[in-house]
Amino acid sequence: MSYAIKAEGLVKKYGDFTALDGVDLEVPAGKVVGVLGPNGAGKTTTVRILATLMRPDAGHATVGGHDIVKDPVKVRQLIGLTGQYASVDETLTGTENLVLIGRLLGLSRRDAKARSAQLLEQFSLTDAARKPIATFSGGMRRRLDLAASLVGRPQVLYLDEPTTGLDPHARQEVWEVVRNLVADGSTVLLTTQYLEEADQLADSITVFDKGRKVAEGRPGELKRRVGGQVLQVRPTVAADVPLVAQLLGELSGHAPAEDSGVLTVPVDDPLLVAAVARRLDGAGITADELGLRLPSLDEVFLALTGHTPTVKDEASDAQPVSV
Amino acid sequence: MSTQTISVPAPTVELTGRISVAQTVSHSFALAGRGFMKFMKSPIQLVDVVLTPIITLLMFIYLFGESMAKGNTDWYLHHVVPGVMVMAVFQASVGIGASLAADASTGIFDRFRSMPIARSAPLIGAVLADIVRYVACLVTLVALALVMGYRFDTNLVAGTGALALLIGFALSFSWMSVYLGMLIKNPTSVQGLMTILILPLTFASNVFMKNDGMPGWLQAWSDVNPVSLVADATRGLLNGGPVAHGLYGSLAWMAGVIVVFFPLAMRAYRKNAG
Repeated sequence: MSYAIKAEGLVKKYGDFTALDGVDLEVPAGKVVGVLGPNGAGKTTTVRILATLMRPDAGHATVGGHDIVKDPVKVRQLIGLTGQYASVDETLTGTENLVLIGRLLGLSRRDAKARSAQLLEQFSLTDAARKPIATFSGGMRRRLDLAASLVGRPQVLYLDEPTTGLDPHARQEVWEVVRNLVADGSTVLLTTQYLEEADQLADSITVFDKGRKVAEGRPGELKRRVGGQVLQVRPTVAADVPLVAQLLGELSGHAPAEDSGVLTVPVDDPLLVAAVARRLDGAGITADELGLRLPSLDEVFLALTGHTPTVKDEASDAQPVSV
Repeated sequence: MSTQTISVPAPTVELTGRISVAQTVSHSFALAGRGFMKFMKSPIQLVDVVLTPIITLLMFIYLFGESMAKGNTDWYLHHVVPGVMVMAVFQASVGIGASLAADASTGIFDRFRSMPIARSAPLIGAVLADIVRYVACLVTLVALALVMGYRFDTNLVAGTGALALLIGFALSFSWMSVYLGMLIKNPTSVQGLMTILILPLTFASNVFMKNDGMPGWLQAWSDVNPVSLVADATRGLLNGGPVAHGLYGSLAWMAGVIVVFFPLAMRAYRKNAG
């Protein structure tokens, strides 16, 4: 398998703080790899190193076979970057921003304009082409940001938390764009603190915590690795919840977790579902929902790191040096 | 999402692995164009470089002019107008550190850094875009001076030369401000520091009066002060009189400042990237 990105033992320290503590990462060509982790996990630091914005203190990495430290210009010729913060010019229009980037990449004025028009059309931004970015909604801004990263038709695209701060509708729009890119065969390194986002978009997920890689695999594999299936029951009548909880505890041998009327227990024995159904029936209790499911990525994260991915202060993602 | 495809040539993706001087120039001009567009969209950014010289010139002619000119108002106007041009364009040149410090903390500089363009291009582009500020400043001053009765005594070529010298002076000295901006990174601190730093350069000079009334040590400084030298050359070019001494001195200062501060600014800028 050929790798678009291959990183080994990346270390980055800010004074006493170790942002990256020996991270390996492999992204196969044409795949989407999601890096999942809370703020401060080292996601952005990894992207900044792989985008040649900063050098690692130790370890090495190649993008498209080119060393990020020895051959940064070649790496920059292959990549596109959409950062966490809008990396377009607020006062300029959509077209002006994209044409500038095209010109910087060596397109003639005519070709830069054509490429800009094409991307604006592709990202449904044609109506906004002549308006300053400052008037754009959050979702439009991210789409333009993505378009700006694609002017040079990069082989490898970095999306650093592309939907952080967006409302659910705008998030869906960005997801749609990313899915289309992937269908075109782009290689994407996506960082996110949203478990659902990694699950939706990525072929495989690498979980970071405190500057280390704590797990990797396909979304389904990760879920299975962390404790198999769970049985989920939602009694029709809320008053039945304690009784059902007691019953589930007896049958499964585990204390069930309860969350807004839904009871969840790990399943060791495949016959448990049938046994639970019979007992509920016998007790005259009906359930709106009764079934097996894989654990959510939230539960996976808890199992892998010992804590849930709490969303902390935005600025805490290992970025004391900002320029 | 439309799936329509239009054929647009992809940018040249020969992986050269290095950026040529010609590319650096072209990237810098493209980015200067960005700065230029930004000025055109909000000309309010030019208000300081238009108002400050107006106030300075009016103040020195009408408030202090009588006592300084000792009755010879026309001589004093010819002395002060070129001087205020130097001072004003110098003051206009120090704003760049603060604005670059602010600009560089936004995501767009990350984008530039992740692109295969010359590392220096965003800084050079910003420095060049400020030519708009210098032109606005000088045009305002010349117009006001003409209204106040100032007349050029030389020809168009010399006058154009004077404007070119003043803009070149501002362009080279702005690298001091760029360096501080990249080093300190806080726009307000950079602006405050630059304002203090240019005081000994602008006031301990021959801008407002001949320096023969100064104490010896101050006169010695004023004689080699770049502001005095550029003012001398500008006076020569606009009013007639000797040009060479001031011009060579000015060019030496400009070259020296670039040789020292351009590498320092680039080093600070690279370091900021981590």
